[in-house]
Amino acid sequence: MNGGALEETQRTIERVARESYGRLVAYLSANTHDVAAAEDALSEALLKALRVWPRDGLPQNPEAWLLTAARNSIIDLIRHQRVVSESEPTLLALTRESTEMNWATEFPDERLKLLFVCAHPAIDPAMHTPLMLQTVLGLDAGRIAGAFLISPKTMGQRLVRAKIKIRDGGIRFEIPDERELSTRLDAVLEAIYAAFGIGWDDMAGVDQRGRDLAEEAIWLARVLLQLIPDEPEARGLLALMLYCESRRTARRGPDRDYIPLSEQDTKQWSLPSIEEAERHLAEAFQHGRIGRFQLEAAIQSVHSERVRTGRTEWPAVARFYEQLVRISPAVGTRTGYAAAVADANGPEAGLELLDDIEAEAVSAYQPYWAVRAHLLQKLGKTVEASDTYGRAIGLSEDPAVREFLLRKRG
Amino acid sequence: MQFALLIYESPEGFAIRSNDGSDSYIAAWRAYYKAMEEAGIYVGGDPLQVPETGTTVRIKDGRRYVQDGPYADTKEQLGGFTILELPSLDVALDWAARCPAASIGAVEVRPLAPAMKDRIVRE
Repeated sequence: MNGGALEETQRTIERVARESYGRLVAYLSANTHDVAAAEDALSEALLKALRVWPRDGLPQNPEAWLLTAARNSIIDLIRHQRVVSESEPTLLALTRESTEMNWATEFPDERLKLLFVCAHPAIDPAMHTPLMLQTVLGLDAGRIAGAFLISPKTMGQRLVRAKIKIRDGGIRFEIPDERELSTRLDAVLEAIYAAFGIGWDDMAGVDQRGRDLAEEAIWLARVLLQLIPDEPEARGLLALMLYCESRRTARRGPDRDYIPLSEQDTKQWSLPSIEEAERHLAEAFQHGRIGRFQLEAAIQSVHSERVRTGRTEWPAVARFYEQLVRISPAVGTRTGYAAAVADANGPEAGLELLDDIEAEAVSAYQPYWAVRAHLLQKLGKTVEASDTYGRAIGLSEDPAVREFLLRKRG
Repeated sequence: MQFALLIYESPEGFAIRSNDGSDSYIAAWRAYYKAMEEAGIYVGGDPLQVPETGTTVRIKDGRRYVQDGPYADTKEQLGGFTILELPSLDVALDWAARCPAASIGAVEVRPLAPAMKDRIVRE
């Protein structure tokens, strides 16, 4: 085989690995509950493909080929461990399916179960997102660790521990029943959103809630939506992330300086992303079951209107925030509500809402201080504003945001 | 529990120190200190003089070896430390990320070792 063909085979393997990774891991672990073994078997199958495909040519259905190869290596592994009696049912299930399996057969998509397992209440919430990124998207521990500000070794150990818990902790691979579904789905949505970059930038501050894995988060949301197209909140989440993503390039100036939403050049917003977000949000609304992510997306949709009208309908933003505070009174939401009310009804009204938030809850919350400083400045309370800007500057992570606030403080 | 944030600065970071008080890096440090104070987590800390002022001592075979400058010859050098009282490593990492030095140098987070201190101080 010549070099070109070899390269093409490698590209095919990479593509199949990227597109099918989660489906294969989910299917392979749904019976055994052993996610780590499924991942190992899949990497082994990929290595085998790298050897065999260039020699024998591409199989007709590469995904099915990988599945069979991975399953055989799991069966071998179980036999080697000589715990056949214990794992008899698993082994039987695997071999039976293996013989019945046809190269071209479609296998069931178990990714939804895997997503629910990753965000199971028995798993440390801090590990929900890393688990999803690894098992569904195939991201390596090093890449995930980078986004979570910890060492690859530590992230690797935590992932191993979580997978042992999944295997041995009696966590079931199943779709939660009606009664539990909405809370369990919330955890899945929250974990996907946690991978996303900027949370709020419609205030004077920036809530660095996410992990700057925006593309991966959007990908996960699309996977989820494929599996449960009738869940309005899943659609709302995708819409929300697309609205925020549409403004990514406008958020930074030529010198990487920070540009707040109100000063962004709308010509730099991505219209295709905004339009896709609008379609999803409209479809989500049709279900008549409003929720947190749909409301957050609705707020962003009002901001996105500026691309057409040139102005922001602040009373509409404030109304959506008011509803959002009612169902999810988190500090970030209440701060956003205060900022919107200030823009709609004046800085005093906004400050009053900020005063209602408990001091304890905001001692390390940067957007609260940035909004407060902005409103105090508008009211001409220069000394107080300067002090408060200091607090916001001290809590900023992003040097560009810090510079922006230092300039505003004057 | 208490954590030390060990602040490593590049030569450029150390150079900023000789600028006047209006420099934005120093203004950012002032704001950072204030935020820690007001959050009620600040225990202590100090900046160190530039690495060139350091002197390293080692005893080998009973002899004293004195070396001009810090022990390790790396680009980023210890420039100061801050001790914070915090509930968890995750919170400590958040504070380290807000440290102005994190964007031009590096901040290492280490828990203090009170058990070790007890062995030294009490026994």
